[in-house]
Amino acid sequence: MAVAAPTPGLAPPGRADRPRSAVRRRSDRLWFWVFVGPFVAGLLVFVYVPVLWSVYLSFFDARNTVTPTRFVGLGNYAYLLGSRPFLVSMATFVGFAVLIVPTTFALSLGLALLVARARFAQAFFRSAFFLPTACSYVVAALVWRLSIFNGARFGLVNSALRAVGLEPVGWLSGEHYLYWVVLVTLRLWLQAGFYMVLFLAGLQRIPTDTYEAAALDGATGWRVVRWITLPQLRATSVAVLLLLTVGAFQAFDEFYNTLVQVGTYPPYARPPLVYLYLVSLGQGTQDLGVGSAGTVILTIVVALLGLGQLRALRGRKDDA
Amino acid sequence: MSSLACRGPVRRGPEVARHLLLLVLALVFLLPFYVVVRNALATPAELASASWVWWPAHPSLDNLRRLFADQNVRFARSLLNSAVVSVLQTVLTVAISAMAGYGLARVPSRASRLVLGLTVLTLMVPTTVTFVPTFVMVSSLGWISSLRGLVVPVLFSAFATFLFRQFFAGFPLELEEAAAIDGAGRWRTFTRVVLPNAWGICSAVGVITFLNAWNSFLWPLLIGQDPAYRTVQVALSAYTSSQRVDVAQVFMGSAVAILPVLVVFVVLQRQLVQGVERSGID
Repeated sequence: MAVAAPTPGLAPPGRADRPRSAVRRRSDRLWFWVFVGPFVAGLLVFVYVPVLWSVYLSFFDARNTVTPTRFVGLGNYAYLLGSRPFLVSMATFVGFAVLIVPTTFALSLGLALLVARARFAQAFFRSAFFLPTACSYVVAALVWRLSIFNGARFGLVNSALRAVGLEPVGWLSGEHYLYWVVLVTLRLWLQAGFYMVLFLAGLQRIPTDTYEAAALDGATGWRVVRWITLPQLRATSVAVLLLLTVGAFQAFDEFYNTLVQVGTYPPYARPPLVYLYLVSLGQGTQDLGVGSAGTVILTIVVALLGLGQLRALRGRKDDA
Repeated sequence: MSSLACRGPVRRGPEVARHLLLLVLALVFLLPFYVVVRNALATPAELASASWVWWPAHPSLDNLRRLFADQNVRFARSLLNSAVVSVLQTVLTVAISAMAGYGLARVPSRASRLVLGLTVLTLMVPTTVTFVPTFVMVSSLGWISSLRGLVVPVLFSAFATFLFRQFFAGFPLELEEAAAIDGAGRWRTFTRVVLPNAWGICSAVGVITFLNAWNSFLWPLLIGQDPAYRTVQVALSAYTSSQRVDVAQVFMGSAVAILPVLVVFVVLQRQLVQGVERSGID
């Protein structure tokens, strides 16, 4: 990526005499670090040094210590890749992503199309769908867990079920995978508006004459959406899919707050970050060797997710 | 946006149906906010009654009084922690990222390629994924249960720096050249000429940072081990999973916790939307 900066050579001819530009270059070197230094220092101290340290720790037996002495080679990696709870947590991520990515994509695109064509109260509708973005996962989890999907008879959904003559359901008890309904609807509610705003921005970039041409050709309704709108939204769609997938990979807040009971987390519904939290910093011993190896594996996975999506994006640019 | 609608005579039926659908969806999206308010104003008995009570018989702020009086929750303290952390994080993140973004876009240096590379790499690997190493680092600095442990590690946003860098790269050079001719140095040019013209992006990044800081959970959970350093989200979470939960009180706490972000959302929605639009980097 080239940096668009005013190099001395590009300055207007009158001002860029040789000796002055040499002085300028030296002072630029100083100024660069004045501006960028704090950020780089923070990034190094709180991201890069810890991650490299973690790579080091991952080759040691580091239970309850950050200065381990017993080298175990790839032992921690072998342990993780052969341990059922870790593999289940990765499968939990895949399951969660399969449920949340398409549903959020469809809902936020649908909302954007509806809001874009609303003639009345357009600003109200946009705000209503966008508002949940301002809510925290903690508060949303309280609402979902204690009121809407409360397993007791007085929960909102259970009240509705009883009203139509059905039995109340223990949503979070771990039976029948019903907790997925709770977790998926929660995230869907909280994030759909965010992606709707991205889609609305994408819709606004589509030139009006494209629609006019389509109208002249007699295209209407769904055909316009299918053959004009969706292809034009391709760049936005790829970005949304990337953000949704990486977001699902980082899920922690709503799982923790929906399911934790008096300090203990149930054995099911443990996505990677919850697993990592419980194994490295949660109850009992702190196993930083395994936690570090887990961090390295997750970092590689999330980087691959990003690269895969970037390749998809680049493929699109080659088409164009 | 109305250009998206079919041209020519408006067909009434689909038009009405579309707005009805929008209305139903909007009510569903607003339902959880109603639940928070209902629960906050209700009595514990009403919340546990056999059938759903749509609105408390005698809505009262009694839960609010009991919440702040509860010595186990220390709600006022957690609100103060959240306010201090969020304001500091917002102001400092905008300052650090704006400077870094400007340096990367405008001050020529051989290191700028490398720094930009590190920034983009950090953008690809979200810092939540690397919470274990950062926690190990911060704990060996002795920053657990401290204000600086809550604030300092989260100040260095690759996302914000990247946004600022893109913005300043497209900023018209003429203004800065005019300032240079007037004899202004790099710093003066930045603070007197560039920043006053970057208000839009500063407020967009600021609003997003504030909302994220206020709503953040995992990092404050790790750092706020001493109840005196709990943020409001951690306090609500700890209270809910404690032995004895007063549900009405928890929801009054939730209502109070939502209030600041709601105000920010309503007042600065335009800036927030701009920030979100920019965040779909493509």
